[in-house]
Amino acid sequence: MKAEGRVFKFGDNVDTDVIIPARYLNSSDPAELAQHCMEDIDAEFVKKVKKGDIIVADKNFGCGSSREHAPIAIKAAGVSCVIADTFARIFYRNAINIGLPILECPAAAAAIKDGDEVEVNFDDGIITDKTTGETFKGQAFPEFMQKIIKAEGLVNYLNSNEG
Amino acid sequence: MGMTMTQKILAHGAGLEKVEAGQLIMCNLDLVLGNDITSPVAIHEMDKFSKQTVFDKDKIALVPDHFVPNKDIKSAEHCKCVREFARKNDITNYFEVGEMGIEHALLPEKGLTVPGNVIIGADSHTCTYGAVGAFSTGVGSTDMAAGMATGKAWFKVPSAIKFNLTGKPAKWISGKDIILHIIGMIGVDGALYKSMEFVGDGIQYLSMDDRFTIANMAIEAGGKNGIFPVDDKTIAYLEEHTTRQWNAYEADADAVYDEEYTIELDKLKPTVAFPHLPENTHTIDDCGDIAIDQVVIGSCTNGRIDDMRIAASILKGKHVAKGMRCIIIPATQKIYMQAMDEGLLKTFIEAGAVVSTPTCGPCLGGYMGILAEGERCVSTTNRNFVGRMGHVKSEIYLASPAVAAASAIAGRIASPEDI
Repeated sequence: MKAEGRVFKFGDNVDTDVIIPARYLNSSDPAELAQHCMEDIDAEFVKKVKKGDIIVADKNFGCGSSREHAPIAIKAAGVSCVIADTFARIFYRNAINIGLPILECPAAAAAIKDGDEVEVNFDDGIITDKTTGETFKGQAFPEFMQKIIKAEGLVNYLNSNEG
Repeated sequence: MGMTMTQKILAHGAGLEKVEAGQLIMCNLDLVLGNDITSPVAIHEMDKFSKQTVFDKDKIALVPDHFVPNKDIKSAEHCKCVREFARKNDITNYFEVGEMGIEHALLPEKGLTVPGNVIIGADSHTCTYGAVGAFSTGVGSTDMAAGMATGKAWFKVPSAIKFNLTGKPAKWISGKDIILHIIGMIGVDGALYKSMEFVGDGIQYLSMDDRFTIANMAIEAGGKNGIFPVDDKTIAYLEEHTTRQWNAYEADADAVYDEEYTIELDKLKPTVAFPHLPENTHTIDDCGDIAIDQVVIGSCTNGRIDDMRIAASILKGKHVAKGMRCIIIPATQKIYMQAMDEGLLKTFIEAGAVVSTPTCGPCLGGYMGILAEGERCVSTTNRNFVGRMGHVKSEIYLASPAVAAASAIAGRIASPEDI
């Protein structure tokens, strides 16, 4: 499984309130949430983002609220993958549980620039910045999480395990 | 190698003799909770499960509290979804408007969170129940759905940071000042993925409400949970509020911590977190002259009876500054009634504040106190992110109820000593 797209680069501590402001949480419709994705940090994001694009951020991406609406909005906006130095733990869980691919990779987060074309191979965790030619190795998921990711989310995983 | 408080609870919850940091475990859950924002997403996920029933109707709590009483039609639809799910599944602990409160104030008050419990909630401030010695942590809606269906959740066993609280805090120093000080010290990701274990002789001076405030904001340091040992004050609280069985866990003497900090409570000063991160802390004497437009006293962090009493003690016989909007929100119906019986509501209203029914409303920019462009608010809530309470160019200063009340009177950030 691979992702490929243009990078939108963000800094430290991108919180769930800027990913999807609470004034839109009276909806849980992914398409509606996607229209406001990243609105309070980059009002033009939704106009610019194309299917397959990649978010790269520094430390503690997704800090704050437990709202699953945050990874839902990012996924529904067309983003194929989020790479960060570190993720806030609830966002990390939520992204895996809803099947939004994420990778922790401090080296990639530091080097990749806004607008770079990046390819991510989820099978081996290799991140390639096609603009600069640099490659990085993302942290591999524990086997248990890989199973959830392969099942495309926690519900499918549990359904298949309950037989 | 010994285990931390958190690791002991998780080991018990997983039916294991021993666990260690980094281990992935499947735990039995004592309580699964959700609110009107997160539950509808979870209920929708539940529809996809092959198993359609809840694991235990007594171990699920549904608390519409964020946008209730319904702020608009969409919110009303969300609440209706939760209400119908609660009815269909005969959920014992569904709390309708009139009996509801802000979830993290309400559930301990109802005796539903006790020491030794393993609790997940689709709300990041679920970590609050560590104040009574439970392991509790925030999750998303899918985890909530899985928890409701199976009664289980997977966890990576966290390592821990130990905070040794020593000495007796000065008069105006509350749990809020302590946790803001700690977040200022370690940063908003200082406890990422970790437990924050609070111990030490200073704990005896902290009321249960102080401890709820401290555990509540563990997430603001990135923590998986915050937890206190069970002491006489905890036991007195439990005797008043619950008939549930509980188990107190203490850390082993040889438990391993990633880091240890000592916080001298007697040396702390009232602390304010400046925009736009809870780690941007300043002591009150280092705040400068900052004029404000609004004060909010309430939320799952600081809407409890102690908070109401402290605010009232400062507002008594005084009046909020001309042009100031001071919004006070007792967190539960019980706290509201207590505040009424003690004359606190009269004090607030005479001081020119408004008093609202329980709601999370303004804390997350929902309603009941949204900020316009350029406005500044001193708030006893927990987050001061960009746009959190309204316009992206508004500013939130996080503080204790004492500082918030003093600031409402002064019209600028002020120390209770100055009023």
